[in-house]
Amino acid sequence: MVDSTMVLAGQTIAYTFYCLVIILLVAWFAIKITGKGKNNKVSPALFYTFVGFLTVIGVSLHIITYNTIPWAEMDLKRSEITPDKTFNITIKNHQFILPSEKLVINVNDKVLFDVRSEDLTYGFGLFRSDNSMLFQMQVVPGHKNDLLWYFDREGVYTIRSTEYSGPKGAHMILKDAVQVVAASTTN
Amino acid sequence: MSFIKTLINGEQELFKSETLTPMQKLTLRFVVVGLIYFGFVVIEGMLMRIYEVKPVSFITEPQFFAIMTAHPLVGIFGSTYSIVCGAFLFLVPFIMKKPLWSIKLGNWTFLLIAIGTFIFWSAGFVSHYAPLYTLYWPLPADFSQFSVWGGTFFILGIALVMTGTAFFIINIFKTIVYTPERWAKQPVCALLSSALGITGFNNLFRKNKKEHLVPLPVAAVARGSVDMALNTITILFTGILILVYMVSNILGYDLKETAIDALLYKNWFWWGLDLIADGLVLIFVAGTWYFLAMIITGKPLFMQNIARAALLVELVVSWTVWSHHLLSDQAQPNVLKVLSGEMVTAFELITQGLAFFISLATLWSARPLKMTNPLKFLLGGLLGFALAVPAGIMQADVGLNRILHNTQWIVGPHVHVAVLVGLTMTLYSAIYILFPIVTNGAKMYSQKLVNIHFWCHLIGGIGMGAFMGMAGLRGMLRRSLYLDGEFNIYMILAASAGALILSGFIAFFYNIVMSIGLKGVIGIFTPPKIKTKNLIPAN
Repeated sequence: MVDSTMVLAGQTIAYTFYCLVIILLVAWFAIKITGKGKNNKVSPALFYTFVGFLTVIGVSLHIITYNTIPWAEMDLKRSEITPDKTFNITIKNHQFILPSEKLVINVNDKVLFDVRSEDLTYGFGLFRSDNSMLFQMQVVPGHKNDLLWYFDREGVYTIRSTEYSGPKGAHMILKDAVQVVAASTTN
Repeated sequence: MSFIKTLINGEQELFKSETLTPMQKLTLRFVVVGLIYFGFVVIEGMLMRIYEVKPVSFITEPQFFAIMTAHPLVGIFGSTYSIVCGAFLFLVPFIMKKPLWSIKLGNWTFLLIAIGTFIFWSAGFVSHYAPLYTLYWPLPADFSQFSVWGGTFFILGIALVMTGTAFFIINIFKTIVYTPERWAKQPVCALLSSALGITGFNNLFRKNKKEHLVPLPVAAVARGSVDMALNTITILFTGILILVYMVSNILGYDLKETAIDALLYKNWFWWGLDLIADGLVLIFVAGTWYFLAMIITGKPLFMQNIARAALLVELVVSWTVWSHHLLSDQAQPNVLKVLSGEMVTAFELITQGLAFFISLATLWSARPLKMTNPLKFLLGGLLGFALAVPAGIMQADVGLNRILHNTQWIVGPHVHVAVLVGLTMTLYSAIYILFPIVTNGAKMYSQKLVNIHFWCHLIGGIGMGAFMGMAGLRGMLRRSLYLDGEFNIYMILAASAGALILSGFIAFFYNIVMSIGLKGVIGIFTPPKIKTKNLIPAN
């Protein structure tokens, strides 16, 4: 399955390519406008083609991501999906309060993280051991903050607050608090 | 001419502060203070970058986050607002060919922004009040982490800046519509209608089109000022709300924090903040690009009517895009996430793309052009937004935001490249073009230093954004600390890019001081000797 590492790799390639093209284009433009040219007029047709191109890019980006990033559709329709497991988590005084010391998940489970804040606005994110992000959401006090995620492979994840909640917020880290294991291990 | 003589009297002693009109002095005061605050921001950025690599003993953790709170606010209000207000208070009457409505009010704007910025900066420096600029409720009223007195002065400083901003907006609109002495009565409604885009909109349905009374760059300033006014109201209201909690705490009463809905507050706050980030910045920048392109080429703007219409669309878009900041808020309704967060936000790619194309096409129409300082900085500014806007459109996506929100990607390739390369280089272009006009023909001390400034700023700005973006894609959060050096390589590289920006800024500042001399710098702040409402001396 496509995971965040693959999505970010794709984004890196696409954006880097775009950056190189636009830098070269502006550099070429800078050289050309200082020299004499045959045709100084820009045709309106070129302008309208450019507008059309931007419209296609702006709309198609969201259509492509909606159809290729697996969690996009699942996130918007999460209220219609029954999770295999639900974890109710509370955050108070810059502390995560988990239902158990480790959150153990079976591979191929759809898991709902239902996180409640009792004071400030926090964040809730899962990170791999190389510090890369699996996902995150905001945790706003007085509201339901739930995120459904499909775990398709084994792994160990660290929980970290992804929103600033004062200087203490930077230390809201629970190392290796989530373990995704093969189904047979817990069965 | 000896070095000491140039340092004191300026390049070839061409700059004479006693020949400046009150308007020229006002503009130069804004620019000098704006540049000093830019220096603050660059130094703060370097301090934070060093701390992110290895915490240093002379900065505590609360101090680090206080710097992080002040850094964008000093950048936006102390530096950018100062330079923008100074430039537009000069340019609007310059283009409208009439005096500014009130120089006195302009001086109040200058004082309030300069003093207000210093007050909120020092409140953060002394008390470490650090809710960050996002002010998510109830963090700004969390008195277990922050000093209530520090917060009170912090909000007071912001309120002064907002009052100065309100004076600026009044001055701009009054200048557009008022009738100067010995002039024929000006058509107030028609001028206002043209400035705000109502004439252009009605022309779509008229057979006999009405002419535009207000030139395009002035229309851009007016429309950006609408967003500025709405933002001022939002920030003032928010400030008063926080102040109520602080004052009651000082008086010994604890108000109930839950009386304010945190999500509603977040929506309100981002709606207001996007009037700056996705509103007035983009509109002011587009207007400045158009003005610069026309001045540099001496030709009319390519597709002028479309450009006017795009400015109006941009204004409306800026009122409806805020939800892209709440794509990771699960309680935010899906319809707002998709419509406001994704779809309307994608319009910015089109409106800003139009401004980019129109500016380049106007320049192209005047080939061959000399690569002057304003032109090269304008191209830098155009490149900055061409890099930063698509980065923003990518993160304004339900799927991608799940893994990008609050990472260094957001502040690197999007925010820092937009502000440092796009906005700041556009402002530098305006400074270089206005410099001989507002100084009565002073000459730049060194072209070599201008080139050093240009390349250091361009490479440093893009480099910093790129390295922050690489760290963000690998999971590094913004507004956080990594004490085990997890992302040191990227932070060291970003710091090196920051050092380039600092070097460029030092080259620029030194060049300006050597151009007008220390005597000239002091002379800018002394009372004007010429009593006139004219923008430049009559002779």
